Amino acid sequence: MRIDGTETTAEPRPGQCLRTYLREQGATAVKKGCDAGDCGACTVLLDGAPVPSCLIPAHRVAGAEVVTAAGLARFGPGGDPDAEPGALHPVQRAFVEAAGFQCGFCTAGLVCTVAGTPPPLVDLKGNLCRCTGYRSIRDALAGRVNTEVAEPGQAFGRAVVAPAAARVVSGREAYTLDEPAPPGLLHVAVLGSPHPHARITRIDPAAARAAPGVHLVLTHHDVPDTLYSTARHENRLDDPDDTRILDPVLRFVGQRVAVAVAETPRQARAALALVDVEYETLPAVFDPEAARQPGAPLVHPGRTPDEHRVAEASRNVVAQLHEEYAEPGHDGVAAALAASAATVEGTWTTDRVNHVALETHGARAWLTPGPAAGTGQPVLHVRTSTQVPFLVRDELARLLDLPEERVRVVAGRVGGGFGGKQELLVEDVVALAALRTGRPVQWELSREQQFTLVPCRHPMRIGVRAGADADGHLTALAIDVLADTGAYGNHAPGVLFHGVHESMAVYRAPNKRVDAESVYTNNVPSGAFRGYGLGQVQFAIEGAIDELAARLGIDPVEMRRRNVIRPGDPFVVGRPVDGDLEYGSYGLDQCLDLVEKALARGPSPAETGLSGEWSVGRGVALAMIATIPPRGHFTHARITLGADGDFVVDVGTAEFGNGTTTVHAQIAATELGVPVDRVRVRPSDTATAGYDTGAFGSAGSVVAGLAVGRAASALKTELDSLSAGYLSGRTDTTAQIPSTQLAGVGAEASHDGSPRSVAFNVHGFRVAVHRGTGEVRILRSVHAADAGVVINPEQLRGQIDGGVAQALGSAMTERMVVRDGVVVTRTLRHYRVPQLSDVPVTEVLFADTVDRLGPRGAKSMSEAPYNPVAPALANAIADATGVRPRDLPIQRDRLWELLAAASGR
Amino acid sequence: MDLDIDTVRTARTRADCTLRPGEVFLGGGTFLYSEPVPAGVTGLVDLTGMGWEPWSVDGSGLRVAGTCTLEELVSGPGVLGADASGPYRALGIVGQCVSALTLSAKVARTATVGGNLALGLPVGSMIGLFAALSARAVIWTPDGGSREVAVSDLVTRAGVVELAPGEVIRETRVTAAVLGQRTAFRRVSLTPTGRTAAMVTGRRRGDGVALVLTASVPAPHVLLVRANDHDGLDRRLRWITGLGDGTWYEDPHGSREWRAAMTRRLAHEALDELGGA
Repeated sequence: MRIDGTETTAEPRPGQCLRTYLREQGATAVKKGCDAGDCGACTVLLDGAPVPSCLIPAHRVAGAEVVTAAGLARFGPGGDPDAEPGALHPVQRAFVEAAGFQCGFCTAGLVCTVAGTPPPLVDLKGNLCRCTGYRSIRDALAGRVNTEVAEPGQAFGRAVVAPAAARVVSGREAYTLDEPAPPGLLHVAVLGSPHPHARITRIDPAAARAAPGVHLVLTHHDVPDTLYSTARHENRLDDPDDTRILDPVLRFVGQRVAVAVAETPRQARAALALVDVEYETLPAVFDPEAARQPGAPLVHPGRTPDEHRVAEASRNVVAQLHEEYAEPGHDGVAAALAASAATVEGTWTTDRVNHVALETHGARAWLTPGPAAGTGQPVLHVRTSTQVPFLVRDELARLLDLPEERVRVVAGRVGGGFGGKQELLVEDVVALAALRTGRPVQWELSREQQFTLVPCRHPMRIGVRAGADADGHLTALAIDVLADTGAYGNHAPGVLFHGVHESMAVYRAPNKRVDAESVYTNNVPSGAFRGYGLGQVQFAIEGAIDELAARLGIDPVEMRRRNVIRPGDPFVVGRPVDGDLEYGSYGLDQCLDLVEKALARGPSPAETGLSGEWSVGRGVALAMIATIPPRGHFTHARITLGADGDFVVDVGTAEFGNGTTTVHAQIAATELGVPVDRVRVRPSDTATAGYDTGAFGSAGSVVAGLAVGRAASALKTELDSLSAGYLSGRTDTTAQIPSTQLAGVGAEASHDGSPRSVAFNVHGFRVAVHRGTGEVRILRSVHAADAGVVINPEQLRGQIDGGVAQALGSAMTERMVVRDGVVVTRTLRHYRVPQLSDVPVTEVLFADTVDRLGPRGAKSMSEAPYNPVAPALANAIADATGVRPRDLPIQRDRLWELLAAASGR
Repeated sequence: MDLDIDTVRTARTRADCTLRPGEVFLGGGTFLYSEPVPAGVTGLVDLTGMGWEPWSVDGSGLRVAGTCTLEELVSGPGVLGADASGPYRALGIVGQCVSALTLSAKVARTATVGGNLALGLPVGSMIGLFAALSARAVIWTPDGGSREVAVSDLVTRAGVVELAPGEVIRETRVTAAVLGQRTAFRRVSLTPTGRTAAMVTGRRRGDGVALVLTASVPAPHVLLVRANDHDGLDRRLRWITGLGDGTWYEDPHGSREWRAAMTRRLAHEALDELGGA
């Protein structure tokens, strides 16, 4: 076989697929997204034709010519064999210029598919992208250029190219497991619980330990008994301590029972079959309402609020909030509803949603001989796919009883996160195994494990009661939220409290009430997901507001205008919020105007010629989000002048497709007055960067970005004072500046994430609904975002496109089917992530605001666009048909059933 | 994905097609390599080494080898059928039947007709295609002989086919007379390119129409109705529904009730299309 022009003679193993064969030969441009032919991330050209290499039996293609993304420019169609190794194929250049990627994990497969498919390429069935929403990919296919080169010092606000772009599109950027395998690398396999609730009464790993190639088998007898939470937050006390590395009690199907570590993944898997386990099965509970009733099986009996931060273990309630507030002169929700001109009461539900980051969780750990700072002990290195390297380091040190300086956690470029990588899920196992064996150890989750082991989005049931006077002014707003946190309470309090927070606070009502509980069940755990609870609760509240407007005959946009908070209004949830949340800027009014105006433009061409079975309607919904997570989000940035005259930014936050590396380079270059390519950002390494809480809560631009800007500004002043006019005095800063005298000069800054501002999003749809089949066609999609001063318009648009597409998945098609605790939808062919042909183009509009808290007036905007999409869709369907969907996802079959019931069929 | 097996043999002769303990046949491999192998499977016998001619057409009709890839089916017989008034017009639905699968063109390059038939999944669109063409499958038996079975009878329930261990689908045969008849295709799924929830294929034969229901039912149903007899079609559909709870298939790709209603819709559309002369 020839791989990118190089002859290979290694014999494939029986049953080996081409994907792993190529990677073992060093061709790490070939990614693993699903390992089942559904996602296309592993696509290569096989004798010129694109194929998913995971489905190709390696034994069959011994004499073939294989071209990966890394060889496309030289050996692909129209390639130039004499080109430099780093050259780009025209398709790759198009992806760079269009900014046709975010995390980029799908990109190497995409460019191979496009380059190997003769035009016209009608769709990209067989290639999934979870980040972009496909708009920028369509642009790349059409040859549109969305990026630009900024003048020195002018990068802020410009659509500059991501620094890693050329490496990403050619498959050369090293994701978590793309570095060369260290010699002696061992592999992990984990035995999963067959029962939703059981106690291990006997476990004997002797036969497994004696199996060929096996170096280590761990059971609950062999690991620290320390309780922790997989969720990671700035304050570890935000989450309940209810989890063990290996626990004798199993609380969901698939939970770790035993860990095998062997020379090969297959030997590790084979060893698991030899672990002798006896289980005592326990009664299980799957419905969160049943779980909090008297007599229900208890998932974590005996846990206490004080020691474990579990609110009421005797009712399976992890976290709860029950608050009511009446403004002076008002008598509370019940009285207000009784006196209202119109009221609405209803229940809305959202289902389990999976993040489907294209890169699965995975980590490698190894030891380097000491001496670590002051200890003389070896250092434990962990390279992992995480959004929060410092929080992982801290908790690993705690779990393994190591000083922090003996643990180094590094994230390479992360292949998508969406909140799913704000957890400690694989790192503890590889770290422990490396310590015990002294060998490097790797654990790479399968796509199936992403569905069965990894926390999903919290499913919620939300009751809403709302009332308004005849003019449409809200008199009362009350919600009753029930969240299913599954078997463990990771992120249960955070998602619950955040979910009810900005969603309630965005509306003014003199009487408010919040009842909210997050409940343990024996389902797969829920965790952090883009929007962090807001999307679920906003879906319900926006549905209720819409229904209230309809009852009063008030236009839905006008209804919102009359009731949303305005600068100066207090933030009230179940009571007034005191804290550090401020109106750093306010653009909700503009967002409503922008969407209203866009929707008011006449019918779209797509609706001419629709038959009589189609009904057309429009819908809007809004959402508010705090720009930074509460209770502290810390960061530190250091910028150093290198000997070559370039600037190196060390910052601890991680790049996972959110674009912060681009943003940080832009901010630093602008402050320093240099071209953006003279700034190199080194993110997410606990050994080289100062502490950073991590990449969640949309903090990368506004927290770390602010620190980078301050450090750059300080460095400029310092350099100018050391060498008069070093930066300020130059008219031409494009050339590298000799700096032998100044090399190593640096400056630092930090930020504590407070005070915090608010950002807004409004989405609008015009849809057509087929009453006979339940099909929904999106005729127009428009999104207005209040992101303050826009740092990079193309990247911001990409975040919004991607958020809308992910939300359309949750709204229309995505649903983890779970029966008696067993996840049924465990492959991407059964779990419907939007494909290119499923996602309409969204018109993206920006409010014109300047935030006084964010860097140069900017606000965060990465998870927020997700939140208003599902309710806007449901509202449009209700407008079209008179039938209001209250349960997500609004699949065709469910909508058909609603419509059929309403029409009496 | 990598399969945890110990041996792979590439079959070159009929004798190579005799399975040893633990062995199973490997067609294209696009399904087999997409999931862990079942317990007890330790070896593969790769049928693509047999070098069977993917397809051929002559006076007796069309033959499609078990190892014919879906891409070869589309670019060969599918193209023959493109002429709506030509002698192969029945094959006009080949492309749609392949597109009905969730797999991409990249996978169609490797996936085979025989593999799709042998899986016996409700969504296996080759079953609906060849059943609508009244095709018969030629099956090699382990004793060196062969037998024939109607493709419409091949699947007995969801994911279960009437194939004994060691049997191989050598080819499917469509008679010449059928190739010149009109055919129709309809499908629906929860998303435009999603997994098929209901599929109706049909063929006009004389005064009658044969409609084949797949995807919405565990195993194919063939409905023979008179052309334009929509009442007759409804009677047949009501009769099917009356067979019991398991009549309509349900999985995460659509509810039973919706599938039944959509099947009826699609069947009437297909009957309409195949009406007239």
